[in-house]
Formats: sequence, C-alpha cells, structure tokens
Amino acid sequence: MHDDGPNAAGLKRDERRERLALLGLSAPALLLVFVTMVLPVGWLFALSFLADDATFSLEHYRRMLEQPSYGRTFVTTFKVSVFTTALCIGLGYPLAYALSQMSRRAAGLCLIAVLLPFWTSLLVRTYAWLVLLQRKGLINEWGIGLGWWDEPLALVHNLTGTLIGMVHIMLPFLVLPLLAAMRSIDADLLKAAANLGASPARAFRTVFLPLSLPGLLAGTLIVFILCLGFYVTPAVLGGGKVIMVSNHIANDIELFFNWGAASALGVVLLVLTLALLWAATRLLRLEQVLGGSHR
Amino acid sequence: MTLRQRAAVPITLRGLRKRYGEVRALDDVDLDVRSGEFLTLLGPSGSGKTTLLMVLAGFIRPDQGRLLFGDDEVTRLPPHQRDIGMVFQNYALFPHMDVAANIAYPLKLRGIGGAEQQRRVEAALQTVQLAGYGARRIDQLSGGQRQRVALARAIVFEPRIVLMDEPLSALDKQLRERMQIELRQLHEQLGTTTIYVTHDQREALTMSDRVAVVNGGRIVQLDTPRALYEQPANRFVAEFIGESSLLPVQRDGDVWRCAGQAIAHSGAAPSGARACLLLRPERVRLLGAEGGEGLNVLPAQVSGIVYQGDSFLLQARLADGHAISLRGIAGAAVLDSLPAPAAAVRLGFAQADTVLLPDET
Repeated sequence: MHDDGPNAAGLKRDERRERLALLGLSAPALLLVFVTMVLPVGWLFALSFLADDATFSLEHYRRMLEQPSYGRTFVTTFKVSVFTTALCIGLGYPLAYALSQMSRRAAGLCLIAVLLPFWTSLLVRTYAWLVLLQRKGLINEWGIGLGWWDEPLALVHNLTGTLIGMVHIMLPFLVLPLLAAMRSIDADLLKAAANLGASPARAFRTVFLPLSLPGLLAGTLIVFILCLGFYVTPAVLGGGKVIMVSNHIANDIELFFNWGAASALGVVLLVLTLALLWAATRLLRLEQVLGGSHR
Repeated sequence: MTLRQRAAVPITLRGLRKRYGEVRALDDVDLDVRSGEFLTLLGPSGSGKTTLLMVLAGFIRPDQGRLLFGDDEVTRLPPHQRDIGMVFQNYALFPHMDVAANIAYPLKLRGIGGAEQQRRVEAALQTVQLAGYGARRIDQLSGGQRQRVALARAIVFEPRIVLMDEPLSALDKQLRERMQIELRQLHEQLGTTTIYVTHDQREALTMSDRVAVVNGGRIVQLDTPRALYEQPANRFVAEFIGESSLLPVQRDGDVWRCAGQAIAHSGAAPSGARACLLLRPERVRLLGAEGGEGLNVLPAQVSGIVYQGDSFLLQARLADGHAISLRGIAGAAVLDSLPAPAAAVRLGFAQADTVLLPDET
C-alpha cells in the first residue's frame, strides 16, 4: 500500500511537526538534568579514579577495602537504614491502616498531623529533637520529675537519637504510598471475604495484607534508599558516633580535603542504591507473577 | 461431577427497621421467602432494596427487627458465620488470586482441602461453564467470565442461601439476557433459596418465582411476575413495571366512565368517586370503523407513530386530551395499513385487561 492518498504527505508532516514540538518542550528539562545531574556525577566518577598527581589510579577504592573505618561506615549505614526502615514499617503500617479506615475528613486531618513536620525544615526538626532528647532536655526532665527514671537517659548523640530523628523524618515517605495502596483496595473485597466465611483477622491476612504489599514495598524502598544517603540527622543527633556514608564523605572533604576519596565513596553509594533499586523492581515483578496482577 | 443440592431454608423477616437520620431505608419490613424460592427485590435506586440485601448478608446492622434463616435467628450473627453465598455487583473477585484460588477460598476457610477441594472447584467451574479456566488471572477474564467466577465462588461451598446484588448490571444487553436464563437454570439445578436485587423490571419478570417491589423502604407488593404485571396494587407498581397508560376515570352511579365512555373492568373496584385506569399498550387493539363487540372502546386521535423494529408504538389522544399508547407487532402489512397522524381511530381493550387502581393524586 502506498501512502499517496489525499493529504497523506500533509498529515505526515503534521505528525512530524507535533513530535518536534514535544521534543522542543522537553529540551529545557533535559538540559537541566544534564547540567545538574549527569555532569557532576560524571565529574565525581572521574575524580574517584584520579590520584593526587592527576594520574589514573584505583588507590581510593583500594583504601576503602584496606581501611577498616570505611567498612565500619558501610555497616553503620546499613544498620541505621535497616533499623529505621523496620521501625517505619512497624509504626507506619498500623498508622496507614487506621487512616485508610477513617472517613475521608478524619483521615485528612490526621494526615496533616503526619505531614505537618514534613513541611518544616529538616534541620529545624532535627534540632527540635536535640532539644527534646538531650540530657537536660524536656523528656529527661519530665521523666525524672515524674519519677519514671532516676538518671538522665542517653537519648541523643548515639544510635537511639539518630533512629528517633530519622524515623520521624522518614515516616511520611512510607505512609503516603502505603495509604494510597490501601485506599485503592475495594471495600467489597473484604465484604466478599467475610461473606465467604473469613473472620475479620483472616480476611485481613488473606486479602487486605497481600493487596497492600505493593504499596508497602514502594514505601519501604523509598525510605531505605533515602536512609542510605542521609546526612543531617546522623550528624546532629549521632554526636559523631554514628558515621554514615554521607558523614564520611563530608569528613573526607572538610577535614582531609580528599576529593578523590569522597568521590569514590559517593560512587559506591550510588552503585549500591542503583543495585538495590534494580533488585527491588525485579522482586516487584516477581511478586506480580507469583501473586497475579494487582490491577 | 456436579455440586450437590443442600436442603434450602426459608427466610423470615419481621419488623426490620433501619434509619439513616430522617431517611427510612427500611421501614418495618416483613417478608417471608419460601424455601428454594427465587425471589427478586425490585425497586428504583434509593428504594432500600440494597439495604435489605446487606441486612440479609450481615453487612448492615438493622435498628430493630428479626431475621431468621429457617428456624435460626441470625439477626445478630456476624457476616462470616451466616453461611450464605453472595454475588456482588462488581463481582469482588480477589485480584491477587487466580480463578481456582478465588473459588477455593470459601472451601479453605471451611477446612476442605486436597482432592475434595479440587473436585469441588472443578465442579463449580463446570457448573458455570468455565471448565479449564482455573489457572487464569482475574484480569485476563472478560466481564461475563468474571461474573461466572463470582457465581462459582458463591455456590461452591453449597450455601443454603444465595444473594445476588445486581450481578448482571455491568454486562451488555445480549450477554445479560443469556445470563438471566442461565442463572434461572442454575437455580433450578441447585434449589437454593435465592434473593436477587435488581432495578431492571424486565430482569425481575424473566427470572423470578416472586417479585417484591420495594419503594421508600417498604415492600409495596409481593407477587408472581404475572400477577404483578396484570394486577398491580397501585400506580407506583403499575408505572414501574412495564409500559402503561394511566387514565382518570369517574364513578357514575354503578358504572365507571373514562372520557365519557362506560368502561367494564376486572378485579375489585376502588372506593371513592375517582380512580385510575391502567392499560398495557400491547393489550390495546386498533379497531376499524365497526367492530369491537364485547370490548371497551374509546375514540381517539392519532398523535404519532414510532417504529421500533420488532414492534411499533402508536400514541393517541382521547377526547379529554389524555394520552393513550398502543403497541403492536410490526408486520409489513400492519405497518402499511397504519392510520396517518391526526386520523380518528377507535381503540379497544378487553374487560380482563382493564384494571382500576386507587386514585392517589
């Protein structure tokens, strides 16, 4: 068949023009991404393979393997991220469930309570926790004043403080996708389960929980990945005892002016994050294959 | 291999009441559903028919009243202990399970596993003519197939009672009409007491042993489809079921007059000086200049004729200005000999088809 019918050439030209217009509209965004993302990351990548005398070298990566402080940093990062994510799931799932069962109005009000801190500066929130948690902070003063404990608890400048701060900051990132997934679960499915003989607990376990899993996985992934690169909260609430990868990078630059070492750490962090994302998408797809489609 | 029959039970409702603020969703409903009966709750949206079904299923708690399955009072029994199968309007199939797992779900909950579970799932799939579809995902099914899976899931555990909430409303017309017949056959095969909710009067007439017409939270008439159509209790039922012409009639001594003509009617006459005459368009006949002995005859003027393929609808006006409709089978000879618009005609109808309803306006 030939495309030489009436208007064939004109219509084809219209289509080409439309495609060009779309490309033109997205060009600024592409340029921005290139300048602010691709170039710096590429520069970091290059730096990490350069020795002090600007020759190619693997010394920064070798040092990462040889110096135990790097290993400890990665272990700390992983530990903090896993704990934070686990605590977020423990707190966030019941919270999202409660929100999903409320009327829209009540859920909206409660959601504001979750989101309000989300809209204030991260630094402000972190210092607010410092005020609350320190030796002579509100919590210790009240706890001792009410006679609940005698000695001030070490709530800050350690892992505990870091986790409290990070869970608080991360919680909305888990609750929001989870809540969206829960809200999209058809209430009739739970009625059907009950009608077919499932007790409320059984209906939750066999119907609601599996259908909320994609949302939970999405939220978990976001929280975990954000945790991996977290800087402010461990720096302020960890009191120098919780050194995560970001803090290590900052130290390398601010204390030792070693851009190469910092870049190498950044590259490793980036690769780890990408690997995690890849694994998670594989897992999600697998989940869909095993469990049937969710939509 | 088929699903076994299980002794069906009657359902008894006594004084069931449910209010939402000022709205009476159920207004002291009494109803006796016979054992093994196919009973349809028919009503417009907001009439309370779905509320009634949800009370039966246990998803809505009534304010007061009694509900019995057989001799067992179940008014306060939670839904998962009622042992009734239900087909939801949107099917409510579990999207994370395949067809077989959906159907096996109620069996698993009842501790039926292994070969027996498999046998029953197969039998249920066969019953709804979906043999071999067990491994399909739900999103791979068409609307009609989903409907069948929902049905299979609702009957696989051999419940004493099956509830259906407008199960065919999402299907296209042809499939809907085929499923109506199939559901009816399935009911005859299984013999479970079935309560079916619909707002489609034709569906109700097609499928039911008896139909309960619901309006304003009350059952306004409970009868067989034929009685409902031919002897409606009031104007609401008459207008809701089938097409109708409603004409005012006045008592004149011992006779009733419509547009001045004396009318012979069947059934009881309403009290009062005024009443409402119900005529079904397909029971009105077009008469020539002569004839019509033994029939009620009204002179009228043709106001329009609508061709509808299998039939035609002739609209006419009586001398007093009221509209009356006549429906006839559309044969070529009939269509060619129809009167022209504005022509004067005589319309006849038998005494047996002449129903007087109480005047409510």
